[in-house]
Amino acid sequence: MLISLSLVAFLPFLLFSVLYFKSFLLLRDFGLGQLIFSHSWHPSRGEFGFYPFIIGSIWVTLLAILISTPICLLTAINVTQYARKRFLRIMHPVIDILAGIPSVVYGVWGILVIVPFISRYLGPWLGIKTMGYSILAAAFVLSIMIIPFILNIMIEIFKTIPMELKEAALSLGSTKWQMVKHVLLRKALPGIIAAVGFGLARAFGETMAVLMVVGNVVKVPTSVFDPGYTLPALIANNYGEVLSIPQYDSALMFAALLLLVVSLFFNLLMHFFISRYNKY
Amino acid sequence: MKRRLKVEEAFFRVMMNLSTAFILLILGVIIYSVFEKGMKAISWEMLTSIPSGGYYYGKGGGILNAIVGSMTLAFGATILAFLIGLPVALYINVFLHGKKKLVNLIRFILDLIWGIPSIVYGAFGFTLMVLVGLQTSLLAGIITVTLFILPIMIRSMDEILRTVPDGLMEATYSLGSNKSELAFKIFTRQSVSGIITAVLLSFGRAIGDAASVLFTAGYTDNLPNSLMEPVATLPLSIFFQLSSPVPEVQERAYASALVLTVIILIVSLFSRGLGKRYHKTKINF
Repeated sequence: MLISLSLVAFLPFLLFSVLYFKSFLLLRDFGLGQLIFSHSWHPSRGEFGFYPFIIGSIWVTLLAILISTPICLLTAINVTQYARKRFLRIMHPVIDILAGIPSVVYGVWGILVIVPFISRYLGPWLGIKTMGYSILAAAFVLSIMIIPFILNIMIEIFKTIPMELKEAALSLGSTKWQMVKHVLLRKALPGIIAAVGFGLARAFGETMAVLMVVGNVVKVPTSVFDPGYTLPALIANNYGEVLSIPQYDSALMFAALLLLVVSLFFNLLMHFFISRYNKY
Repeated sequence: MKRRLKVEEAFFRVMMNLSTAFILLILGVIIYSVFEKGMKAISWEMLTSIPSGGYYYGKGGGILNAIVGSMTLAFGATILAFLIGLPVALYINVFLHGKKKLVNLIRFILDLIWGIPSIVYGAFGFTLMVLVGLQTSLLAGIITVTLFILPIMIRSMDEILRTVPDGLMEATYSLGSNKSELAFKIFTRQSVSGIITAVLLSFGRAIGDAASVLFTAGYTDNLPNSLMEPVATLPLSIFFQLSSPVPEVQERAYASALVLTVIILIVSLFSRGLGKRYHKTKINF
């Protein structure tokens, strides 16, 4: 028991140290600032600028969050405050299934539905020429993928808001929506922020689905209809060919390290927001 | 004033219903498009044979290698994660019972690990693999996926085990049993349904994840026959077939996606059904 436990407890440190050790080669040669802010990515010439990938990842993640947050918030309010109890029982399997669908299947769906939709309808309608494989397509697929996570946390949070508080507001003559707006949302705000933060961390590290629809062009995107590249996609796409160049290997490990740090940081931060709901 | 309130409430109610409908609709569209595309391309031959020569140019063969490979890998990883995970979950709830700070710290670390993207596990697994001189193989894939599903397994079991009432614990102690007996005889039996759900949930994760097996399990056209050889997996087979320029091969990717989705749906149905069934053995307070 203790051996298993210590194995698990030290896993994050182990992950961090191994990845740090592997990317040390690159960090020593270039320095953190140059790696993150340099635009030029030419591994064969020994130039490793992660800026396009970092920006691509940030665009995709933020857009996905922007799409899914309002949808999740409204749905969570709906199923916990307005809809009948029975409806929540229908919603649970829906959330489970959405969360269970593998990312590759989301990717397939993105290629089948979202990419053609953007290239055939949305792009021409806005007068923009686009392949369909774009930041927007990735963000849209991603936003669907993180809906179950965000929605689940939000529903749990809304359930913890005491009934007395809501009844007090209603008995003072407020309408239901006023109660939701001034009592429920205010009381649940830290939880909502945490839910979004968890979603953000998850979206940032998502690999396959994004890789399949984002276009994979190493360029700093200028519009959401441009193809882009994300950090996880960079690792997944290039692993086969790196063994010959030690610096390249180190570069991909650096990308993994960045992902690890971002994910740990966001999860840590959000736990402080959520801890007041005495989840622990 | 009154009217503005009414309009505002009505507006948001419409938006709420739209969002809820949107989520239900999206799920429907995903399932529908995967089924619609997949049903066209799927055939008995695809499910029961391995790729023959020229398969990736649209000739005969199937994806049995990937189906069997994925199953083997996911089973192996789930069993391994269960063997490591159950003791941890029991330890937290039985031996550390009452040490709230420490337990919270462990739960916190587990949640942190849960949040780490699977591609990071993939990169980590690959590094370990190179370090010990292992090739891409079933074994390396199993180890990586085990690490990846471990937090999911432990935390889901933990959530169930912590609901075991203190009264039951005290009753067991008063009958003279020790902690191990309490853990393995009482806690496990009381939580069978939850443990099954945890195992199936982890299995679903294990079989659906591609990023962690991308560099560790490799890919092969053969059925797995040794721990030391590469193994094909369904997510990767979908991914590879989809990137082919040949339309027939792409069609097969859709069929493979259908197979994977059906497996996931079955697993999720099972976990609901079994969870309900074993609920009966539970003592209710």
